[in-house]
Amino acid sequence: MTKAGKKTTITFSDYNSKGARRAEAIVRIFTATCCVAVMVLVAFLLGYLFIRGVGSISWSFIFDSPQDRMTGGGIWPAIVGTLWLIGLVSAFAMPVGIATGIYLAEIAKQSRPVRMLRVAIANMAGVPSVVYGLFGFAAFSLAFGLGKSLLAMGLTLACVTLPVVITATEEALRQIPTEQRQAAMALGCTRARTLGKIVLPTALPGIITGAILGLSRAAGETAPILFTGVAFFAPVATDIMQPSMALPYHLYIMATQPTTPAPHIVWGTALVLTGMLSITNAVIATWRSHKRRKLQW
Amino acid sequence: MVTAQRQESSQSGRFDIENVSVSYGSEKALQGVSFCIEPRRVTALIGPSGCGKSTLLRCFNRMNDAIDNVEVEGLIALNGEDINAKAVDAVSLRMYVGQVFQRPNPFPLSIYDNVAFGPRTQGVRKRDELDEIVIDSLKKAALYEEVKNSMKKHAFELSGGQQQRLCIARALATRPGVLLMDEPCSALDPISTGMIEETVQQLKEIMTIVMVTHNMQQAARISDTTAFLLRESIEEPAELIEICDTNTMFTQPSDIRTENYITGRFG
Amino acid sequence: MNKPANQKKNKTVRFQTGIQESRRAVSNSLIEKIARFRNTRALDSVATVVITMLGWTAIFVLIGIAGFLIHSSIRAFDEVGIWSMIAGTDWFPTSSDARFGFLPAQVGSVWVTIVALAACVPIGVFSAVYLSEFASSKFRETAKAVIEFMVTIPSVVFGLIGLAVLVPLIRTYLPVDSGLIGLTAGLVVGIVCLPTVISISEDALRSVPNELRHGSFALGNTRWQTAYKVVLPAASSGVFAAIMLGMGRAIGETMVVLMLAGNAGIIPTSPFEAARTMTGTIAQETGEVVRGSVHFSVLFALGLVLFVATFIINLTADMILERSRKKWRR
Repeated sequence: MTKAGKKTTITFSDYNSKGARRAEAIVRIFTATCCVAVMVLVAFLLGYLFIRGVGSISWSFIFDSPQDRMTGGGIWPAIVGTLWLIGLVSAFAMPVGIATGIYLAEIAKQSRPVRMLRVAIANMAGVPSVVYGLFGFAAFSLAFGLGKSLLAMGLTLACVTLPVVITATEEALRQIPTEQRQAAMALGCTRARTLGKIVLPTALPGIITGAILGLSRAAGETAPILFTGVAFFAPVATDIMQPSMALPYHLYIMATQPTTPAPHIVWGTALVLTGMLSITNAVIATWRSHKRRKLQW
Repeated sequence: MVTAQRQESSQSGRFDIENVSVSYGSEKALQGVSFCIEPRRVTALIGPSGCGKSTLLRCFNRMNDAIDNVEVEGLIALNGEDINAKAVDAVSLRMYVGQVFQRPNPFPLSIYDNVAFGPRTQGVRKRDELDEIVIDSLKKAALYEEVKNSMKKHAFELSGGQQQRLCIARALATRPGVLLMDEPCSALDPISTGMIEETVQQLKEIMTIVMVTHNMQQAARISDTTAFLLRESIEEPAELIEICDTNTMFTQPSDIRTENYITGRFG
Repeated sequence: MNKPANQKKNKTVRFQTGIQESRRAVSNSLIEKIARFRNTRALDSVATVVITMLGWTAIFVLIGIAGFLIHSSIRAFDEVGIWSMIAGTDWFPTSSDARFGFLPAQVGSVWVTIVALAACVPIGVFSAVYLSEFASSKFRETAKAVIEFMVTIPSVVFGLIGLAVLVPLIRTYLPVDSGLIGLTAGLVVGIVCLPTVISISEDALRSVPNELRHGSFALGNTRWQTAYKVVLPAASSGVFAAIMLGMGRAIGETMVVLMLAGNAGIIPTSPFEAARTMTGTIAQETGEVVRGSVHFSVLFALGLVLFVATFIINLTADMILERSRKKWRR
């Protein structure tokens, strides 16, 4: 039957087995190719960005203002504008979003209207960002009279981020087993203390990860800020009632300039923007998986 | 230290239950239960699964409050106070009536912080005071020897049996007058079960213990009084069939249904 | 000790644990009082009220989005009419005889979406099948991390890379005048949708219980036979939902189409022509339009169409997912 050192397959029935095994091998290779192709694509995108952009990165590119009619100099006002936006979005979307998540998951009675509300909010995350742009323009710029300003942009982006933060918070809270809440209650904790001492600390890595992912998505958005206050050129922003530059829009407008192209600025901006977001996300994902490994229910 | 001598609550921990019914929405789960739980004894609630043992147990510390549309009727008096009265603070009730759950559910904290959780909730802040309470509770739960050198370890690193004893220690740390145990050994191995049963035997010296169990041998081994609950058909709510001294219950039950159950003829 | 409660009828009844009894003598400092306040009903109510109010703020804001869109587009419905917008074939918003037909943009969106789905669905679903049925768990973790990482890249960067890499390729190898056509935009949008399709269909496939797979293995089926006879049928609704979510994402994608689709004003008859999409139209024209004009209002009506379309698509996908999730929950 089996010679020493040589493996043979023992088949108990030869019904269709050869064809099936060949099909199996083909499918395995084919699907694996698809999967690897996607991964290669990601590597290509990042590598391409890096190679095209790394030459532009310098101290003065990052910390100088644009010069020579936008064909030279740096992108500092755009970086500052994006940082402002990140700050404003965190200030509005984080507290409100996390509180809403807590409200929906822990406080609201789990009745039918609340369930519908939850579904509606989750679906707001899928509404195109340009629609948020329209809303922000009508509501914040015009109706509330904020005009074209950092504040209007920040509020619009906060609305884009809200559903993401709410859903992530709810999801993280739902991961906490009911037994944990019961244990705290049985020790005589009020709901607030149960939340504050047991539920929230345990859910915090999940909440923070979700919130920061939402935030970084907002930081890379262009469409919502198109009409609410982003500027082709503006000095370094010091006032939230003024328009400002922002990285994604700067990239868009420089890449689609029909005349006087400045490719080094375009690729440098793309690399700075993607690098900022990628590093944030990589750090937060690593931190999360480290935290998660410690917590296995 | 004051706390060192005061090992338990000075209130006695006696329950009087009169005509208690529990319904989930429109469905009645438990009807007309009346009995009395004597202080400083172990009372076991036995019966086939689905007979409302756990539901009844949750009435004693009003954990049913947290579940939507559960309604409890009838009188449950603890030390002469109606615990469902408006004036009763459910939070203070739950501090006084501790509970150990079916599956070990330690908090994702260190061993020390788990046990210190209850006392901290009640305002104990001083380190030496907490240390004393924690060590004392762990000793009572027969866990101290195993963890005394690793109090900072994460509770999830303990084995299942150790976790359950940690949960007992956590419940004991507030020095409650009553301890409710909801099938505390059902997820454990026989050795851990034995250790917990031994702990229960010692704890009854200082507090009232009410224990739900589906294991009749366990009830026979450790309880002083046994109550048998039964739901005779799906349509009817469960009822209390018999309650008496454990020895009597397992040697000469007065009700034929009890006899059928404990001799294993059904259920 | 066991005296009845008659004397303290009106006071809150409290039970004293051993800890509390032993603490009564020492617990009057301010710190102790604060410590005890942390577990009182007062704090509980305050926290509940604050959280509830913030929660309703967010809910009102999100409902307000639909409200503002409707409010701003009322004028368009009045003066242009819903049918001459949705079924109108001409988009001449600034000419003296202005026409506000959405069809060019709607058809453009449809072409871009079809190309995007054609590009990303096969690759996405096959990748998901590999990850859930064949791959080792270590490979799966890595691959998922890499693919999810794509979400990090802003869509404007995808547009830029499309401009730099794909447009010249299309111009060279296809008989078209310009690389800025629906096809180019669709392909890049397809890439943008890949992570959505892969991760959600992989979740759907993985939520099929292993018992089903083992049952099939026990009948002598190979992994692939198990996958297409048992797992894929069982997870079909989830995979379908993943495709729908990808579709919602494709319809809503703005920057990529703005940069790559060419933005022509006519109804495109194939993806090889320049196209404008609903999102692209809004993004391009809202910034320059006269506020309060009919054109302004029409753009909001277009936004409303987009909102309703994506909301319905996502809602349907969500309901399908919820139902298929319930199916396997024990």
